[in-house]
Amino acid sequence: MIRNAIIIDAGDNIATVLRDVAAGGDVVAGLGDETVVLAAVEPIPFGHKVAVRAIAKDEEILKYGAVIGAATQDIAQGMHVHVQNVVSLRGRGDLEAGEK
Amino acid sequence: MSFLGYRRANGQVGTRNYVGVLATVACANEVALGIANQVRGTMAFTHQQGCCQTPPDLERVTRTLSGLGCNPNLAAVILVSLGCEGTDVEAVAEAIKATGKPVEILPIQQSGGLANTLAKGTLIAQKLVMDASRIEREPCDDSDLVVGLKCGSSDTTSGLAPNPALGLAVERLTEAGGTAVMGEVTEFIGAEHILAAQAKDEATGRRILDLVERMENRAKAVGVDMRGGQPTPGNIKGGLTTIEEKSLGAIAKAGRAVVQDVYEYGERPRVKGLVVMDSPGREPELLTGMAAAGCNVIVFTTGRGAPQGFPFVPVLKVTGNRNTWETLVDHMDLSVHEVVDGSESMPAAAARLYDAILGVAGGVTTKAEVSGYFKAMDIYVTGPVI
Repeated sequence: MIRNAIIIDAGDNIATVLRDVAAGGDVVAGLGDETVVLAAVEPIPFGHKVAVRAIAKDEEILKYGAVIGAATQDIAQGMHVHVQNVVSLRGRGDLEAGEK
Repeated sequence: MSFLGYRRANGQVGTRNYVGVLATVACANEVALGIANQVRGTMAFTHQQGCCQTPPDLERVTRTLSGLGCNPNLAAVILVSLGCEGTDVEAVAEAIKATGKPVEILPIQQSGGLANTLAKGTLIAQKLVMDASRIEREPCDDSDLVVGLKCGSSDTTSGLAPNPALGLAVERLTEAGGTAVMGEVTEFIGAEHILAAQAKDEATGRRILDLVERMENRAKAVGVDMRGGQPTPGNIKGGLTTIEEKSLGAIAKAGRAVVQDVYEYGERPRVKGLVVMDSPGREPELLTGMAAAGCNVIVFTTGRGAPQGFPFVPVLKVTGNRNTWETLVDHMDLSVHEVVDGSESMPAAAARLYDAILGVAGGVTTKAEVSGYFKAMDIYVTGPVI
């Protein structure tokens, strides 16, 4: 199968798609020499992220083996992972304003 | 020898040979532009600062203008002053003079206004350009390069191909004795622990963490989530979700090179190798800071396609996005999108990028230079206009 996505680090819970993937389409993600295949449950645009496994609400999102944010809701495998279901954990002046 | 450059009196090497016409305050921009428009071989630097600002900002403006004037890509400098500004114009002139290059100050209020200053400045600029034209390029080495690292209008391809390719090029450059300047401290947020671990010692790593904390506190002081500002709406459309994700891709530009030192905005590095300079991510201020730090080439990676260059420092545009490469033909200089496709290896792309840097250093023009796409420039300020 031709790869259309990449998982950068073995610990990552998301893959980055390298072509537009339609809802129901296969995400064929390379992780070094391994290939992980899953179905996209919604359209994933070029360059965007897809969950490679189920991610629970508040769980950390991992890319490059590092934390890039946290899930604001449960995210199923194959779902689009982006601003609609992930928040940043840094530069959050809004949270500090709330604490005051 | 790796490229032909202009070796200056102080030993620094220029990749270009312009006469700089620098406005020392926003009020002098018109005259600086007027002189530069009249005389081929000059480049104007204009900005919106230099008066009615807090002392730390005025000090930064003075330091930045000094650094710009000292940049080895300028053979000589004309400082166009209004005559009543907050910038320490004498200090700027003294700093530039110390490099051994000619400096002239033109105060508009003492020179009889626009028309008279323009006439006087035009004649001075003509002479300086003719003098500069006698300087010839000579053989220079990789160690004479001071390369600024910048990424902008990023998408997720930035962190997959052009930034890691640039990282490999930086490793090669610094091993060869060259210098690389990494700015964009906002884009360390979430990845600072990785960069700090690459510092030459714990104290240097601590200074990187301190810079990031200072920048994050500035953003947080506004009391909102900075998303939308960083990452930008364009970054988000390109698939970048959070500043942490953007940062992790951005710091790949440093490769695994050792961070030798940490500097304030616009300060010239006193050591060779990879250094970090305080600066925001926005192009006008970042590119100015790099030029003030003495960079003689800037490499600018982009996903969605950032067009900006800088008047007297060549800015090489590298993309990893095939669509951007195919559609933005008059802005992109190099593409490494085949790394994303899997049809080119990362080391091969990095080698092409390194060759392109040496080519530009030796005089190959960049798209931004050819098109004159370098008018957005400014000096970084952190305080209010008062």
